Amino acid sequence: MDWKRRFEYWRRRYDLTDVVVWAFGLSILAVAVYGAVRSLQTTPYGWKQWLQFVLYGFSQGGVYALIALGYTLVYGILFMINFAHGEIFMFGAFGSLFVGLALQRIGFWDRYPVLSLIILFLVAMVVSSTVAVIVERVAYRPLRKAPRLVPLITAIGASFTLQYTARSFFGSGPRAYPETPILAGSVNILGIQIGKPYALTIVVSLLMMAGLYAYVQFTKTGKAMRAVAENKEVAALMGIDVDRVIVQTFILGASMAGVAAVLYSVIYIQVKFFMGFIPGIKAFTAAVLGGIGNIPGAMLGGYFLGIFESLGPALILEGLGVTAPNQLKDVIAFTMLVMVLIFRPTGILGEALAEERV
Amino acid sequence: MAMLELHNVHAYYGHIHALKGISLTVEKGEIVTLIGANGAGKTSTLRVITMLLPPTEGQVRFEGEDLTQYPTHVIVRKGIAMVPEGRGIFARLTVMENLEMGAYTRTDKKAIEEDLERVFTLFPRLKERRRQLAGTLSGGEQQMLAIGRALMARPRLLLMDEPSMGLAPILVESIFETIQQINRQGTTILLVEQNAHMALQIAHRGYVLRTGEIVLQGTAQELQANEMVQKTYLGMA
Repeated sequence: MDWKRRFEYWRRRYDLTDVVVWAFGLSILAVAVYGAVRSLQTTPYGWKQWLQFVLYGFSQGGVYALIALGYTLVYGILFMINFAHGEIFMFGAFGSLFVGLALQRIGFWDRYPVLSLIILFLVAMVVSSTVAVIVERVAYRPLRKAPRLVPLITAIGASFTLQYTARSFFGSGPRAYPETPILAGSVNILGIQIGKPYALTIVVSLLMMAGLYAYVQFTKTGKAMRAVAENKEVAALMGIDVDRVIVQTFILGASMAGVAAVLYSVIYIQVKFFMGFIPGIKAFTAAVLGGIGNIPGAMLGGYFLGIFESLGPALILEGLGVTAPNQLKDVIAFTMLVMVLIFRPTGILGEALAEERV
Repeated sequence: MAMLELHNVHAYYGHIHALKGISLTVEKGEIVTLIGANGAGKTSTLRVITMLLPPTEGQVRFEGEDLTQYPTHVIVRKGIAMVPEGRGIFARLTVMENLEMGAYTRTDKKAIEEDLERVFTLFPRLKERRRQLAGTLSGGEQQMLAIGRALMARPRLLLMDEPSMGLAPILVESIFETIQQINRQGTTILLVEQNAHMALQIAHRGYVLRTGEIVLQGTAQELQANEMVQKTYLGMA
């Protein structure tokens, strides 16, 4: 008698789609676990190699996290995905490329390598911010009161516009980024060799994120951003110029993207009009993974994605007998997104946010 | 010259004609209340004053200056603060940060410090909970925070939208006492209330709104004695 009622209850609570999706998720999870066990048994990697994967992933994750912050900051305040953010990142890379080449030409680059690098970061931040401010003014602000889907469409339009503007100005082929002699070779962290650009990325991204967190948490502008994110009307009643705070938010996110652009370019030593697309999508994934709108979530999601992407091919796919598993790391990244959305639709830290909102 | 003066104000929500020629005045030092049923235009009137709902016609003057030329975030600099409907506290900011936002436009650190003390004397509970997220406060505490936050702007005119909404009767009582206290300390108050009974007890004058129009006005005593007000808003047979 009782089991019948219970069955009825469960049947109503979870419909067939839920069951199928969960079964799908669990089977992927089972395959992943099987692959991991097999990999650990059969592959020749020692703990040092595994740790190396983690470190490289941590570095890549830092770049994702920095870009993801831009998505999450803007979403937090406007409830809109700024799909042009990847292109804002790309323009930062181009800005630093041209300044870098100029510095190289006048010999400044070789004489003051550290200072040059700092200049590149600053230039990329300024260029990215400028592009972001223009996009906000032209594509988003006029539609502030329009239905939510409308700015989403202009965001995609802005993304294409920026991409092909860059293409027509800078050409469709890749440009070589100036090589940085001080970043040649590798350093030793905990007995593990890691390329200097990767180490730089780890350090700089951590510093930037700590800075951003402190800025949002403790400065007057940061507090105003959080107030505007929560309630624009009441924020205006406090005397906060909402439009100005929104612009500041775009600048903050774009600055992070600019820093990420230099780090990315120093690692891959080439710059291209299309380079913003994949990191943009990945960082967006990271932001959703962490719980979009949540700042620590974007950081966590970025690192999570980076490390998973780096470990995944060797840890899961090799054990399953997949050849050239490294080419499938994007598949791993997006499979993980699907998994997180199945088991935790609000993202890793999304729920905490929803609770606090009540 | 009246401190606040609305003259023949019309306003729309889309196609809905929310205010149909509202004219009212608030003198310095007064508590003036707007009473009326849901949808009568009480909240809209406050929204017009803060330019959250810019009027399509008519004048809004504060201390002789036309407010319609300013966006909302400038209004508070003119000396008007608002306790919005449903409190509108920032749930994910701490109590202290909420109060800081109230003083957002001010730079006089020492005076802000004084006003903070004043708010904490008025509401000792807020001092105890200043490091808590505002979203974790009880309804009554949130209302205190909303009022305290408005006071942090050191306004000359305080607009209050239904401060008694959703509060237990005993809390309503104490909130209204606080409102009187704030008024005695020199802040002029325009109070919107559904609880006409309480509002008329503390107000000097009042306006009765119905479907976007003022149908009656007078001193609090006159309104309390008015048969229509007694029947419709005070629940007397």
